[in-house]
Amino acid sequence: MANTRDIRRRIKSVKNTAQITKAMQMVAASKMRKAQQAALAGHPYSQVLNRVLVSLRDMVSADSHPLLEVRPIKKTLVLLVTSDKGLCGALNTNVLRETAQLDQENTLFVASGKKGASFLARTGRNMIADFALPDNPTFLQTKAISKFCLEKFLSGEVDRVDVLYPKFVNTLVQKPLIVTLLPITDEKAAGVSPTGADHPSNEATGAQYLFEPDADEVLNSVLPYYFHFEVFQMILDARASEQSARMVAMKSATDNAKSLVKDLTLEYNKARQASITTELLEITTAQMALA
Amino acid sequence: MNSLQLEIVTPEARVFTGSAQMVIAPGSEGGLGILPDHMPLMTEILPGEVLVTTEDGELSFAVGGGFLEVLPDRVSILTDMALVESEIDEKAAEEAVARAEKEMRDKVLSSEELATVQASLLRSLAQLHVKRRTHR
Repeated sequence: MANTRDIRRRIKSVKNTAQITKAMQMVAASKMRKAQQAALAGHPYSQVLNRVLVSLRDMVSADSHPLLEVRPIKKTLVLLVTSDKGLCGALNTNVLRETAQLDQENTLFVASGKKGASFLARTGRNMIADFALPDNPTFLQTKAISKFCLEKFLSGEVDRVDVLYPKFVNTLVQKPLIVTLLPITDEKAAGVSPTGADHPSNEATGAQYLFEPDADEVLNSVLPYYFHFEVFQMILDARASEQSARMVAMKSATDNAKSLVKDLTLEYNKARQASITTELLEITTAQMALA
Repeated sequence: MNSLQLEIVTPEARVFTGSAQMVIAPGSEGGLGILPDHMPLMTEILPGEVLVTTEDGELSFAVGGGFLEVLPDRVSILTDMALVESEIDEKAAEEAVARAEKEMRDKVLSSEELATVQASLLRSLAQLHVKRRTHR
């Protein structure tokens, strides 16, 4: 039977751990709300962007722009979005498992997040850039990343740009998802946001846009925006996933610690009782021997 | 008097919505003044100042590059930055300008880096422009 003092010490340390994980759970919960709000705040933007794209589509021939051009795939660039910190359950593991299944030879990687970057370095993948982002990235910050990918595509170094990130399904479920962003395909451009359809389109208002200087020029500058914006949204989504995964992981850690404390307390009481019983036994035996 | 619905949105937030009498924006082909019942128009805008005349007076925003969509009764501005005059931190903008100018002067930049620095310089200058004009 373990020493009561040892058990008491263990109970104390487990209780401390529980306190820490509880605090982390609370922090993650509030950060998750913030991250979700940030992701939702992009909605009006995507609606307008969607309107613009839909009206542009009728104006210009589809393959006139380099970003729309489908080339034979020789090299693919994958933007790998992971978290910087651990303690968020299987989130990064799941994403990295997907990464491991990608074709090593013909895939270039761009990492955002330390976990992904260290995985790529460890497994000797072809990592061409590693971007650090704060917890609440701004559009301008993620634009640096998307711009880098865009240039690689335009220069012909890669023929496709994918993003691999943990998609936020709900608080309990995050799914690693790989999405092709470049070249931009027709269906995708039309589906910037599902709510875009509710808005009066230019047919409904009977308006035919005047483009200044002309439709091609505007398309030229809209398409990169579309790409930058998609990347921004995905990174925000990954942040929401990270925080909710951390919240859930920390909650189960707290619960585990609590049940451990319960078990240990039981053991402690047993040990204490046992020692009292032994003591009594000794006293009685001694008395009987004297009598 | 006629009015139009204006919205200014960035990927991070809806910065402004409301009715306005006139909107002046820095278009890629020169400044644009938009009154209600304007023809539908789509154009790119450059970093600069957007002036909005509402019933309660004039509002001024510093914007980054983006787009302007005009429908007869509605104007939408999409941009990667939009700051109301009161939100602009003059000192931070000044520092950003100084930093950008120094980088352009001292370092040999590749064309991409140069473009990035220039873009941020323009954004900061737009902020300063808006802030100082309203001060005087």
